Amino acid sequence: MKNGKLWAWVMFAVGAVYFIGPLLATLQFSLSIRRDGYSLDAYRNVFISPDFQQSFVHSLLIGVAAIVVGLLIVVPAAYFVRLRAPQLRPLIEFVTLLPLIIPPIILVFGYIRLYSSSSILPLTNSSVGTEVLLILAYVALALPYMYRAVDTGLRTIDVQTLTEAANILGANTLTILLQVIFPNILVAVLSGAFLTLAIVVGEFTIASLLNVPVFGVYMQNVGANRAFEPAALAVISFVITWAAMGMIQLLARFAPKTARS
Amino acid sequence: MAEEFLRIENLVKTFGTNTVVKGANLSFNRGEFISLLGPSGCGKTTILRMVAGFERPSSGNILVEGKDITPLQPNQRKVGMVFQAYALFPNMNVEDNVAFGLKIAGMPADQRRVRVEEMLNLIGLPAATFGKRFPFEMSGGQQQRVALARALAPKPRMLLLDEPLSALDAKIRVSLRQEIRSIQRELGITTIFVTHDQEEALSISDRIVVMSAGNVEQFGTPFEIYNRPATRFVATFVGTLNTLTARVLDAAAHTVDVDGQVLRLASLPAGAAANAPLSLTMRPEAVALGKPNGQDVVLSGKIKEVHFLGSVIRLKVDLGQNTLSLDTFNDTHTPPPALDEQVQVSLNSSDILILPN
Repeated sequence: MKNGKLWAWVMFAVGAVYFIGPLLATLQFSLSIRRDGYSLDAYRNVFISPDFQQSFVHSLLIGVAAIVVGLLIVVPAAYFVRLRAPQLRPLIEFVTLLPLIIPPIILVFGYIRLYSSSSILPLTNSSVGTEVLLILAYVALALPYMYRAVDTGLRTIDVQTLTEAANILGANTLTILLQVIFPNILVAVLSGAFLTLAIVVGEFTIASLLNVPVFGVYMQNVGANRAFEPAALAVISFVITWAAMGMIQLLARFAPKTARS
Repeated sequence: MAEEFLRIENLVKTFGTNTVVKGANLSFNRGEFISLLGPSGCGKTTILRMVAGFERPSSGNILVEGKDITPLQPNQRKVGMVFQAYALFPNMNVEDNVAFGLKIAGMPADQRRVRVEEMLNLIGLPAATFGKRFPFEMSGGQQQRVALARALAPKPRMLLLDEPLSALDAKIRVSLRQEIRSIQRELGITTIFVTHDQEEALSISDRIVVMSAGNVEQFGTPFEIYNRPATRFVATFVGTLNTLTARVLDAAAHTVDVDGQVLRLASLPAGAAANAPLSLTMRPEAVALGKPNGQDVVLSGKIKEVHFLGSVIRLKVDLGQNTLSLDTFNDTHTPPPALDEQVQVSLNSSDILILPN
């Protein structure tokens, strides 16, 4: 028993070194811009750069848009599958997994082929159209996480009985979704939203090929031309991702209050 | 004359190849408390769900006050419903739960507050103490009361109760069922109550619909259902029943043989021939130990089991091939008979039912 515990700690330490080692090295490198000691100059350079600010805000806005569009598609879909067509669940789960199987490069070439200037819906002809396309691409990319988060949320409540209870009290489907179902899966929805944000903020391939100057593209450009700033950016993007994950953990603490029936 | 409120006409519900309701025809009066009673899968909940609008009938109609409500959606039927699993909205406190239907109906906030307070007082959970509590902060019994208040708040024309007491412990069940009944009487609302618990149905209903395998077996008052069961199923499902295997001796004289003892019955089924087998049924409380009140049917046997249940003693008497259960009141001066004691038991021939198989 004791031996087993020791091995568990050894395995944990090996894993921790494997994951944390490179991060510490990156952090150390990002602080080494001056020869005479550690400094935060690389971070300062990044933060004062107008390109950083613009691309980061741009990414956040696109991320929020992708979350809103994703929720508008996923919440009603997951709700109706659970309520009316549970037999379709395996199919829906497979479809939502497709973005994990199809590489983003394939996805974006498909989009360009479908929505380029020669198509009937030439979204890439305008910057607004291209941004819409990017948002839709991110919705697809986040689908596996968003669907699972929402579906897990729906599993914690008795969807059918709550729907029927609200329905017989006079509520229509939209009211039921907005006032009964959505508030009760809010924590799960927010987990999906933060996961989506974490994915969107760091994404490069699709944004680059659609030529939208978002954070991922900025990071790549900086990486190609500077030495210490890319390390600082990598640390910043890790902090953003962890903050998103931390928010999910924090919100999960509030889950039992609303999930119990 | 009682006024008809709800009529169910030739109601059929089929799921795939399985017909769960096979042509129900029922008529309920205004203000009545009706129980749909039967074992799991008998179709009672399906009928309730069709009345609520959650299931579409395969054929047949449901009429409320003479108007066909079959095509209406649940939110158009003005019906209140209480579910087995409470179904309170977990994100809303008690007041918001009760106010939900009123809000949907567009009632102004000040009137809503008054109505919510009125409903919470009705169920004995005053708003000042319980109004701000969330469902997870309340016991099952309290949650079910709130569910009842929520269902009644918009003044529905009918109340549907889908096994509302099943998830509660025994003591709460008894007190809450009495409370439900008194609230129903106070409001005079037509109520349909689904249960598989015969004691529950017998104790609070004006009339009971006993169902089995999608069929309505009997529809009557608790007294009729218990004392004059129409079918073997009703007789065995509601209450405890003795079934004795007998043989016709003389059809004209109405005599039968039970384990070598000759009994003279009030009547025999038409066409009963000598030596034909018969099943005689009687309630345990219809059988008396000894022959205290001049009962006309007497049997002899040996005490096989004695169960002391407090106010009642249940005895099992071995007649030979048959065993007869009888209930006798506990008498502080007379101890129950001993095991293997030879006893006489008696009953009135009018208490013997010969049920069709």
